[in-house]
Amino acid sequence: MSATARPSEMVPGLGRRVGSLRSERRWALWTAYISLIIAAIVMLAPPLYMLLTSIKTSAEIANLEGNPWLVLAPTWENYAAIIGNPMFRGFFYNSIILTVCVVVITMVISVLAAFALARMKFFGSQVLATGVFLTYLVPDTLLFIPLYQIVGGLGLLNSIWGLVLVYPTLTVPFCTWIMIGYFASIPKELDEAALIDGANWMQMLTKIFIPVALPGIIAATIFAFTVSWAAFVYPTAFITRPDEMPLTIGVVSQLIRGDTFAWGQLMAGALIAALPPVVVYAFLMDYYIAGLTAGATKG
Amino acid sequence: MAPDSSAAVPAPRPAAARAESSAMKRFARRRSTIAFLMTLPLILVIGGLVAWPAGYAIYLSMLNRRQTAFIGLENFDILLENETFQSVIWQSCFFAITAVLLKALVGFWLAHMLHHVPARGQKMWRGMLLVPWVIPPALSTLGWWWMFDPSYSSINYLINAIGFPSVPWLGEPWWARISVIIVNVWYGAPFFMIMYLAALKSVPDQLYEAAAIDGATGWQGLRHITLPMMQNIISITVLFSLIVTFANYDIVRVLTNGGPRDLTQVFASYAFQVGVLSGNIPRGAAVSLFMFPLLAIIAFFVLRGVNKRTKEMA
Repeated sequence: MSATARPSEMVPGLGRRVGSLRSERRWALWTAYISLIIAAIVMLAPPLYMLLTSIKTSAEIANLEGNPWLVLAPTWENYAAIIGNPMFRGFFYNSIILTVCVVVITMVISVLAAFALARMKFFGSQVLATGVFLTYLVPDTLLFIPLYQIVGGLGLLNSIWGLVLVYPTLTVPFCTWIMIGYFASIPKELDEAALIDGANWMQMLTKIFIPVALPGIIAATIFAFTVSWAAFVYPTAFITRPDEMPLTIGVVSQLIRGDTFAWGQLMAGALIAALPPVVVYAFLMDYYIAGLTAGATKG
Repeated sequence: MAPDSSAAVPAPRPAAARAESSAMKRFARRRSTIAFLMTLPLILVIGGLVAWPAGYAIYLSMLNRRQTAFIGLENFDILLENETFQSVIWQSCFFAITAVLLKALVGFWLAHMLHHVPARGQKMWRGMLLVPWVIPPALSTLGWWWMFDPSYSSINYLINAIGFPSVPWLGEPWWARISVIIVNVWYGAPFFMIMYLAALKSVPDQLYEAAAIDGATGWQGLRHITLPMMQNIISITVLFSLIVTFANYDIVRVLTNGGPRDLTQVFASYAFQVGVLSGNIPRGAAVSLFMFPLLAIIAFFVLRGVNKRTKEMA
């Protein structure tokens, strides 16, 4: 086959080669589609089953006879019950306040720092950039016990403000890291032009860097949002009072009580709690993925 | 780009030289102060909320339970002799290594399959396959927990339907370990897929065309083109995921809560149980510090990989 593959060969040989390539391609495509269909079924089955459970009546959930993957009498009563539950609404409210505060704090800290680290070479800037990356590698489960002591010492246990204080450790390092990458990719000519026109550093940041690196800022914001919405270790450790709990720990700890679980309500609650990141993802998928891959491809 | 700028800058020099250079000097003089102020919040976060607690954890781990006396390394000693903790070390390593390998394999396979699909459909498939990564893991694990439920398990229903006996998912130690790994792979494989897909797209098509003309098979193309080109991204992703998986807490907490009989406890969940739930903060700190040496080694290699990559891209 390799002998006939040379471009200078006669036409019949070329034809056969193209034909075999095409059938090879077709096979590859079939394998690809079959793998992807199986993968999609596996990946989507748990959320789908959560949805199915959440629209079943309690009687139907408790019924061991039928097929659990079918819903005979769909109902919204679980959603009505969970939305009507003031405790659940409290979780949602806490999560929103917490996430908004953390996203704003994170973006201010990391945009300022990334600008300085990407453009103003100063004493120790290289060390600090490496330090940012190392901090990103420190997991929250290594820090929650000393932070428990520190937050407790500040009297902020059982308060969402304690979480507002510690969540930046989850978001700031990565956001700073990808913003350094985005800022560093902006051509130097732009800031030289701005300097010649008499702009100061702050104007350079707000008039040039932020608009030009807007996709990076959106990606970093989405990252900060998803991380603080999904954070679990810190709220589990620091919050024991239901009225200060954010959604993740609230749904997991408070909606499960006793031996008879209200599975329908639990699944409805979990799905509502998962909705905001899923909606953000659905509308901003490209930015989301850019943020995800930027950490490794820019660095 | 570089030759352009060097050609453009000297041109206006004679006219504006004086004004420009003094303006530059003024900027340079204030630059480090401004830069310091801009990075100050970052330094405070890293120093006050990461570096300081990390050091404080080491100090805490050497105190007695009431935090009144300094007892040196006794907490570490007690832990190492404790049978439960030995199983925690074993389970953490087993869990992290198995889960990361599976995630990498599944992710690589899916990325490869996605790469074959025409670009138009690719976005839709990618969108569907990334869903597990988007849902907060604590919440999706609740769904898995319900699917593993001993009496209502919907997975067992499917298994029974094809003629196999029910599986005691969370009741039996080995099945519980496997369940935790399944959920972790389900949650993490999409991340690998997306990273590898980005890397696959950056391999130039000409390389494959040249190989095909030379008569290389698909396998040879994978072995001699794809893997070497992706080597760096693969190692960074695997090492990074090793850290995250090794330190995982939410899946174990929601799915098994360490049970049955503490056999699925990993470092994070055990540290939580000892430190926060049982109130022995110093020993809990000692448990989580056991993660540190391994994480430090992995972090070293990640950093080396990232630096190498930065140099390659520059």
